[in-house]
Amino acid sequence: MNIRSQMSMVFHLDKCLGCHTCTVACKNIWTDRKGAEYMWFNNVETKPGTGYPTKWEDQELYKGGWEKKGNSIELKGAGKLKGLLNIFHNPNLPVIDDYYEPFTYKYLNLIESPQSDVQPVARAVSLITGKPLDIKMGPNWDDDLSGTPDYARKDPNLAKLTPAEQEAMFQLEQMAFYYLPRICNHCLNPACVASCPSGAIYKRGEDGVVLIDQNVCKAWRMCITACPYKKTYYNWSTGKSEKCLLCFPRIEVGEAPACMHSCVGRIRYLGVLLYDADKIEAYASADEKDLISSQLDIYLDPFDPKVIAEAKANGIADSTIKAAQASPIYKFVKEWKIALPLHAEFRTLPNLFYVPPMLPVMATISQNTNDNDTLHEKAKAWDDSWLYDTSLDEIFGNIENMRFPLKYMASLFGAGDEKLMAEKLKKLMAIRIYRRHITVGDISKEKSDAALAEVGLDIPMAEAIYKMTSLAKFDDRFVIPAAHREEAIEMLESTADVKGNTGFGWTPKPARGI
Amino acid sequence: MDGFWFGAFPYIALTLFVVGTIYRYKVGFKYSSLSSQFLESSHFQKGSVPFHVGILVVFFAHLIALLFPNISFGGHMLVSMETLMLSFSLIAFVGLAILFYRRITNQRVLMVTNKMDIAIEVLLLIQFFIGIYITVSLKWGSAWYASDMVPYLQSVFTFHPDVVAISASPLLIKLHVVFAFLIVLLIPFSRLVHFLVAPLHYITRPYQIVRWNWNPKTIRDPNTPWKDAVQRPKNN
Repeated sequence: MNIRSQMSMVFHLDKCLGCHTCTVACKNIWTDRKGAEYMWFNNVETKPGTGYPTKWEDQELYKGGWEKKGNSIELKGAGKLKGLLNIFHNPNLPVIDDYYEPFTYKYLNLIESPQSDVQPVARAVSLITGKPLDIKMGPNWDDDLSGTPDYARKDPNLAKLTPAEQEAMFQLEQMAFYYLPRICNHCLNPACVASCPSGAIYKRGEDGVVLIDQNVCKAWRMCITACPYKKTYYNWSTGKSEKCLLCFPRIEVGEAPACMHSCVGRIRYLGVLLYDADKIEAYASADEKDLISSQLDIYLDPFDPKVIAEAKANGIADSTIKAAQASPIYKFVKEWKIALPLHAEFRTLPNLFYVPPMLPVMATISQNTNDNDTLHEKAKAWDDSWLYDTSLDEIFGNIENMRFPLKYMASLFGAGDEKLMAEKLKKLMAIRIYRRHITVGDISKEKSDAALAEVGLDIPMAEAIYKMTSLAKFDDRFVIPAAHREEAIEMLESTADVKGNTGFGWTPKPARGI
Repeated sequence: MDGFWFGAFPYIALTLFVVGTIYRYKVGFKYSSLSSQFLESSHFQKGSVPFHVGILVVFFAHLIALLFPNISFGGHMLVSMETLMLSFSLIAFVGLAILFYRRITNQRVLMVTNKMDIAIEVLLLIQFFIGIYITVSLKWGSAWYASDMVPYLQSVFTFHPDVVAISASPLLIKLHVVFAFLIVLLIPFSRLVHFLVAPLHYITRPYQIVRWNWNPKTIRDPNTPWKDAVQRPKNN
């Protein structure tokens, strides 16, 4: 075993309200520069929709990620042979128009234009050429536009649905959407690292953050092709690639990344997972149907004494092991098993997990009669007599008949496995039934217990899930181990060697002049 | 004049090339191919691929002939070499012309173009034109290059510049040589540096790269002596 620690994330999609606060926080810190205007290290997409860059999930188009060849895996659109052969022109490179041409407005026109009979206008100008621009695309161009023919129907995940299923999904009265916030997945088997001819991209050993060394990057632009999530970006001005750095300067001092810290819906969780680095290759080459289960296998139980001993032998700090034991990610992914990776079939072993959304897909409302005896006292006092209704005769009756076909959800989060998807949704549903039994009271205890039992949850676990999703405080959501920079400096140079030197940085010994 | 252009100028160019490229590499960040494919891809494909393939073949042909002047061709072989070289120079010339046209007409590409980009592309276009013109007008270069040119070039690279060896050559050939050293001189000051960092080491390296700030095994082992703990981590 070769145990390493990995910074991992969970995004709880039911809680995402699509406010883009994460996006703006990230933008202001990292990508508000020339050449980076079009980059969004964090972006929030409306699903079903085409996303950013347009149709990024369609790997027949963009050739990202890994594909299985025999018993091993190969990069789909890059790699040693393809990368070097295509170095003079990369046929699989997305161009700026696949994202959008960045623009601003000539606001000064509004106050500086001379007096005239017509209102002055602030025309849009391109941030690349500075010339006036007819805006065809912009950041979040399809925000909330699910159901429109141009965007939702071009969602690559719909390809797997029959035309009848697609029609059912888009009937106006059934139209629904949800938000999908995305950042770099800081994968265990990163395709961007593997594709870089210069070797500029690397995974940090200590916490698994994937970074691009700006001094080594030579703009061979293979990482942009290779990342199936399209989360490496080419800075057209500096001629270097850039990507999400998981705000490592913040993590190192124990602060949450900007996108997570600013999240209004508190949907984001950050913590450490311990994994076995020797198994990466084997697990990334698993059969497609086993991909998710084998990925979840690679993460180890931080309470297992054997794992603790191995981790210590491998130099993992006690503080990191302790953080792994308190990690909310471990709970979501391994204990409760309600979070899934996005598009596991790209085989990069992503470390960002999503709790799939239920609200848009399950919601039915019914009018409540206030004389119902089973109702909780509080519920009877509500002015609004409409209730979000999950109380069907059959407990999980509407999972299979939900507004988004299971096939669609499974294409995103289950690597196509509908059974797995239904299992996760049923778990989330069971917790709702349980909480409704407690707070509203119109669901009987028997029914609530039966719902929990069917998905293998007990009451303490259901209560823990409820607390972590609804009531979790800052320190519950972000368990960040110390980065031990103080040890790092002792490793890079002996502190005793610089005794008697002057100051910080370049430290010559004070010596008498000649 | 010959004394300066063929006795001194090559050394000015080579010195600036060596010092300049090393200095620029030390500074680090500015070593990049500065690809503009992201801004415009289709014309780029039509220009970049033929230009790069062409210039590589032509460059290595010049280099091999310089290193092994004793290889002599005759008859069919001479004709086919001549044709081959001429076609690759034409391919590179056309590719470069497409790239140059793209660079000055595409608004987006123009925004990432500096004066040196224009200068270096014009210089290369002229150099290719002269080279092709020499091949056509002074036939059988594959044969006379070894006897007429190589002695001079070897004298330059062995630090005994023999200006007399080239002074009888036609003006076109002299120009071709001066332009060649001018291009060498401009390498560290232009995007041409990117050919020096061609990523050939990619072939042998493992796909995944892991970097450690320090070696976690030795640092946390109490038995590691102080002096051994102070070590650069071994990556991967």
